[in-house]
Parts: sequence; C-alpha cells; structure tokens
Amino acid sequence: MPFGLCKKMFGKSLWLFHTNCGACNGCDIEVIDVLTPYYDVERFGMKLVGSPRHADALVVSGSVSRQVAPALRRLYEATPDPKIVIAVGSCAVGGNIWFDTYNILGGADKVVPVAMYIPGCPPRPEAIVYGAALALGLVPKKVAAQHENHIPPGFDLDGYLEQWKDVPAVTR
Amino acid sequence: MFKAKLKEAVICFGAGRVTLDYPFEPVKVPPKFRGKIEFDPRKCIACGGCANVCPPRCIVIEDMGEVAKLTFHLDRCIQCARCYEVCPEDAIWPTEQFETATPDKNDLKSEMMVWMSSCQRCGRCFEYDNAIDRFPSKRWRGRGPGEANKHGIFPTKPPIAFRPPPLVREEEP
Repeated sequence: MPFGLCKKMFGKSLWLFHTNCGACNGCDIEVIDVLTPYYDVERFGMKLVGSPRHADALVVSGSVSRQVAPALRRLYEATPDPKIVIAVGSCAVGGNIWFDTYNILGGADKVVPVAMYIPGCPPRPEAIVYGAALALGLVPKKVAAQHENHIPPGFDLDGYLEQWKDVPAVTR
Repeated sequence: MFKAKLKEAVICFGAGRVTLDYPFEPVKVPPKFRGKIEFDPRKCIACGGCANVCPPRCIVIEDMGEVAKLTFHLDRCIQCARCYEVCPEDAIWPTEQFETATPDKNDLKSEMMVWMSSCQRCGRCFEYDNAIDRFPSKRWRGRGPGEANKHGIFPTKPPIAFRPPPLVREEEP
C-alpha cells in the first residue's frame, strides 16, 4: 500500500537539472519564472536540483558551443537512467541565428538525444509549462508541420521536380 | 514574532490563489503577441523578401523555374515577425500559438511550393533578371542565377554578374 501510493504520487516527479550551454540568460530567466508560484510547475512534482546525479531530466538552454559540448556529454552520462533531455529555447532546439557558426554545434540534439523540444526566443513560461505537461502526458500535442502547395491542377509536380534532382539543394 | 506570523497569515489568506491553472485551462496572450508563423501559398509570390530579412535564415527559397519551394525551419525561428512586416502580399503572419513544444523535430519544419509561372493579376511573366537574382549571396536564393532560366521558361537573357559601382571614379587617360 505505501509503495503503491508512493509510486502514484512520485512516479512522475521529474527532478530537473538546469544546464546553460551558452544561452543569453533569456531562457534561464523564463525557466526560473516557471518555478515561481504564478506558473507553479512544482505541482507536477518538478523541481530544480543541484547535481545531475539527483536528476531525472536535463533542461538544456543555449546553443551548444564547441567548448561546452564535452561537458554536456559528461553531464548526460552522469545522470542516472532513465533520463530525458528537454531543450528549451530556439538555441537548444535548432541553433537560432548561430546555427551555422564555426563554434556552435547548432542544437542540443547534436550531442545528446533530446526528448522534448520547446522552441521560442525565449519561450513563454506557459510554453515551458506546456512542454513539461506534454512530457508528462497531461496535454495533447498541438503543433504539426504545415505542408501546403499552390500548384495548378494538372501540373505534373513530381515529374517536374525530377529534373532538379541533380542540382545540389541548399540545405540551410 | 507570533504577531508577525499572524499578520503574514492574514496577508496570505487575503491574497487568495494566484497560480494559473494553465495546462488545463487556456490562457490569453497579450495583444500583438508573435507566436508561430503561418503562411498562405495562394498569396505568396516568392519574392524572397522574407528570406532576405530573416535573422536566423529560417526561411529558405529554392528557385526551381516554374515552381519555388519555400522551407520554414521553425526550430530556429526567433519569432521576430520581420517576415510579416516585409511581406507585400500578407502571405505570412504570426499567430498566437505558443504551444509549440513537440517531441519530434520534424513538426517544426514546414514547406510550401508556389507556382511561379506568371503574374496572377496582369498575366505576364515576372522579370527574371532582377536585383534579387543579381545579388551575390546565393544562400537564401536557392540555386543562384542562371539555373532558373535553363529550361527556357523565362525570357532568355544571359545572367548578368553583379558588379558594384566603383567607389572612386577612374579618370580616363
């Protein structure tokens, strides 16, 4: 009975370790905002801890620079299993305006596997709360890729794009 | 001390509950909030203005002759809405959606194909050899000048290399 009660109460209590991997402090301020009584994320059992060995989830903010990447990798290895990584902010998700800079790897997913992406520059505190609730399975996912074309009917788009296959595409 | 604690308790009870009930109840964003961008391929003329001003270069245009492909890398979008400001046709705009957290990164990459054949108002072809094509940076303008003209869709004009005017006028001998 106590074990079952404890599992029910604390089974989804994520303890977070917050890592700044070269952020401008914007996302960090929003993460601190989320912990205030107004956006009380502690009602989901989340709290910040001071060591990755106590943590269940890493909150990574900032575009991961080349110098901090080995440290982030060591942090990830120091976190006990099971663990997830939450990327907060456009920097940690896709690299932001430094996505192709020489000293930036462009996102936390180049170094560690990321389980939850929260884009925004910085994301609203509600967006971070939403990401946390999505990680716990409390709310449905609301974003989807938008693929729309405006091509006249009868135009063979696939056949037309065949001749552009050899041309090197710009990936960025 | 007991008196002070009592005073605190009165203040705390008077304040009531301040915590938002957010993930279970929707919240209103402030006016002019800039969230995830949306676009309308029926209005877009693929002029490249949004791709030009986008600071993180999250809008990429690939010019493929009759069609132009626009790719939106929303994972690195900073929601500055400069694309909305510069768009002459109001084909792209910021929405109030901020709930963009996702476990899959492919949800943050949108694409659209735009028919580029002729102007929808005057019926004539666009001028191909314009200032955008002569721009030396090929980063945001897909395949560069000369490629779109390969199939003879547009009026055949040789691509002009961009030469900036000389700063100092050379004196004639």
